[in-house]
Amino acid sequence: MLLTWLIIAPVLGGFAAWRAERWRRDLSRWIALATLAAELGLVIAAATGSGGGPWLAETRWSWIPQLGIAFRLDLDGLSLVLVLLTIGLGLAAVVSSWTEITERVGLFHLTLLLTLAGVFGVFLAFDLFLFFFFWELMLVPMYFLIALWGHEQRIRAAMKFFIFTQGSGLLMLIAILALSIVHERATGTLTFDYFALRGAAASSGLAFWIMLGFFLAFVVKLPAFLFHSWLPDAHTEAPSAGSVILAGVLLKTGAYGLLRFVEPLFPAAAHAFAVPAMALGAAGVIYGAVLAFAQDDVKRLVAYSSISHMGFVLIGVFAWTTLALQGVVVQMIAHGISTGALFILVGFLQQRLHTRDLRSMGGLAGPLPRLSALLMVFAIASLGLPGLGNFIGEFLILLGTFPVNAPITIAATAGLITAVIYAVTLIQRTLHGAANPASPSSLADLTFRETSVVATLAAAILWLGTYPQPLFNLESSALRDLMMQQPGGAGAPQPGGAAAEVAVAPKVITP
Amino acid sequence: MRATDLIAILPLLVLAATAVVLLLGIAIHRSHALSFSIATGGLLLACISLAPASHHLPHPVTPLFTVDGYALFYEGLILLSSLTICLLSRAYLDARKLQRCDEYYLLLLTATLGAAALVASTHYASFFLSLETLSLSLIALISYVRGHDRPLEAGIKYLILSGVSSAFLLFGIAILYAGLGTLSFSSITHASLAGTALSAPPLLGGIALVLVGIGFKLSLVPFHMWAPDIYEGASAPVTAFVAVVSKSAVFALLLRLFTATGAFHAGPLTIVLGAVAVLSMLAGNLLALLQRNVKRILAYSSIAHLGYALVALLVGGPFAIEAVSVYLVAYAIMTLGAFAVMTLLPPSDSLRDADLIDDYRGLFRSRPGLSLAFAASLLSLAGIPLTVGFIAKFYAVASGVDGSHSVLLGTLVAGSIIGLYYYLRVIVAMTAAPLIMQDDQAARAGGVHQGVLGNAVVAALVLLLIGLGAYPTPLLALIRASASMTLR
Repeated sequence: MLLTWLIIAPVLGGFAAWRAERWRRDLSRWIALATLAAELGLVIAAATGSGGGPWLAETRWSWIPQLGIAFRLDLDGLSLVLVLLTIGLGLAAVVSSWTEITERVGLFHLTLLLTLAGVFGVFLAFDLFLFFFFWELMLVPMYFLIALWGHEQRIRAAMKFFIFTQGSGLLMLIAILALSIVHERATGTLTFDYFALRGAAASSGLAFWIMLGFFLAFVVKLPAFLFHSWLPDAHTEAPSAGSVILAGVLLKTGAYGLLRFVEPLFPAAAHAFAVPAMALGAAGVIYGAVLAFAQDDVKRLVAYSSISHMGFVLIGVFAWTTLALQGVVVQMIAHGISTGALFILVGFLQQRLHTRDLRSMGGLAGPLPRLSALLMVFAIASLGLPGLGNFIGEFLILLGTFPVNAPITIAATAGLITAVIYAVTLIQRTLHGAANPASPSSLADLTFRETSVVATLAAAILWLGTYPQPLFNLESSALRDLMMQQPGGAGAPQPGGAAAEVAVAPKVITP
Repeated sequence: MRATDLIAILPLLVLAATAVVLLLGIAIHRSHALSFSIATGGLLLACISLAPASHHLPHPVTPLFTVDGYALFYEGLILLSSLTICLLSRAYLDARKLQRCDEYYLLLLTATLGAAALVASTHYASFFLSLETLSLSLIALISYVRGHDRPLEAGIKYLILSGVSSAFLLFGIAILYAGLGTLSFSSITHASLAGTALSAPPLLGGIALVLVGIGFKLSLVPFHMWAPDIYEGASAPVTAFVAVVSKSAVFALLLRLFTATGAFHAGPLTIVLGAVAVLSMLAGNLLALLQRNVKRILAYSSIAHLGYALVALLVGGPFAIEAVSVYLVAYAIMTLGAFAVMTLLPPSDSLRDADLIDDYRGLFRSRPGLSLAFAASLLSLAGIPLTVGFIAKFYAVASGVDGSHSVLLGTLVAGSIIGLYYYLRVIVAMTAAPLIMQDDQAARAGGVHQGVLGNAVVAALVLLLIGLGAYPTPLLALIRASASMTLR
């Protein structure tokens, strides 16, 4: 029940925030903050409710029994970590857009919270139909977030984002249906239950193609090299809060999908596909970094750096070793925090300079000391400096991948060098050098509200870089459970033990 | 004819009686309010009479009709859609200040009668007569609101093309009769069981000509040319009637032809129908991209949607009745939702409904409620979750996967992706700043007679759209129950 509230609460809070605008603008912001704080309480309550095992909480209701579809939510360590990241970045997004958004404030917080509700659903759903339901649903409010509050080219960017992700989503729908029909033909029951379908397609000749459908949907969202062209536009044109949610959370849904579905559902097919996928990841690492270096628009620079970072995730997932997976989780969290913070900082810069163009920046270290210091922290986090979170993630991924495929690991390592180039260029072009004569003469440094948001994120990334052990403890049993699925082997333990018997008896579809 | 026979066709009798009462009423006293009340009351009564009719299923009534669960399900869909359109017409006609609106309701009733009889037909004679009752009423209905020459043009166009397609249909029926010696649908099944070569040229040609006639009514490519012009020319509630009632009735008949006779599965027909489905999905979606008029966009989108439904029909196998029924219900709800909003919007000038994309600019600010309803309908047409359109698309894709027909499936996906673009274009226009000056728009909004009734209809449609999208279980249960009481 708690898990259901986790999805319902943002919807209710969102509508409350929408209506609250009539009385006071700030009220809808406070309601959004309160909702996210309540979410935090809910998820902690859900996570501490049960003892031991990979599964911390679950909810299961009959939904569309005719098609064997159930409303099934589960929480394990991996989902927990990502839900916490979502809540954290949601809070940061609300606080950082406190003064940026002045039009239709209520509606803005409604769409933001609805997006988050969809994301929570994606991270918790364990029925493939339900997963797809949330997967598509989170795009609609995100589309409006970009199209209504974005920058100059917002309509084009929003449209591109929507069509890319929806289109690849349809491929996943076909794959989901194919998987469950394969299962139905083998066993006679039609079901979309994740645990029932684990290993269902393993022996089928279709396994590779079904896996490919899932893979494409997730790598478009990730995005991997060749599937990334929506990302720079969407990230650049979205308002800061939108960019934070896009980069920090929505990209993680792609990585989560690869971890949760592609590998455990199709162990053999995914193993056979590992080398091309990892090569795609390595290409993304280098390509993203090189293109980031060439950008003049700060937001585009950060967007391309995301492609580079997510390349590491793709490599790590398909290496499928314990070390690499630990790294993937750290990388997801660290990238969410560091890129989210960079987008927030760029938003602050844009509010002050009214431009995102690097050519009209320079010498900001003098007038904006606090902003500069924080920008510095996250730029070097992005390049993978030891002591900050991204280093742990990338190092573990490379370490875990080396025994699997040395050439790809070596190629990806080159990405660390290119990352230094774009990160240092970013610092050089914004903070140092001569001040641009055209920029406003008196610039206000970060306010207390702005500083506290970014400083909190900085503390988080420092903590992640120096003492990541609590994170490992949270997700290690979940990862172990994911990896238990051997090619053709028996299914992993189901959550709830005997409760699994209560599952809705799906009927055969033929009338 | 026994009493149970009469009870079984009670909805049809009620409709016919209402038409007669309305006719007499008009002769005695002309009043918009009175005619509207009689029509609404009759439609409601016909809906209620579905309940006693459902007691003896399946029930053949003369060789012409069979009342089974399937027929009653579609009669219900048709009656409810007509009722919705009837309720919407009131405000629409009032706003246009027509001199006489009484015959409008009469034509609406006869067209509904034709559609409702069509879905119960199991004989080519009743099929043809019902279809003609529907079509002839539609011709007059399309050109009824004569503000200018466009409705007339649309009416004439529909008259000619409908006549041509009826001629094809009749010729096809004649060939089948010549070959089989009977006009009953089930005769084809017997013929195929008896080993008569159905792929022999004359019989196959007859079936093909019948399909041409049906294809025209459904505006499937390559018989789709009339749809955009007639959608554009007819007034919004009539367009909704053409799009929803007429098309779902004919599609239901096509489905019955498929399930009642094994003939349509076999041989080259499947390939031809597959090609028609692919062309409809592609042409519908691609041509919609080029339009500036929302009615034309919806016309092309309906061509594409019937293509999707055809996929469910062709490859669904035993699953087809369920998949097609879900699709048609969803199609009816979302199309009615879109047209309901269009009906309630003030006309952009004295001649034209609010049908250009530019008319929708800034609607989110000036009329948030209506524009949200319109956005919900469009998102449903695009197949986004939490709307009934998603469930429909899910069924279409599921039957494509189940039949492992990759060409149809691939086209369906490609078509849906293209479709997103033009649906979003309308939604984007609603969020943009309005073109017209603020006071001008206020003047326009001030002159509108909108009424509580119209708003209530829109609200009900949106609730249904989202409700069935989130929890389709009752609908699926109903469809399964009615499919189980179907005469095969």
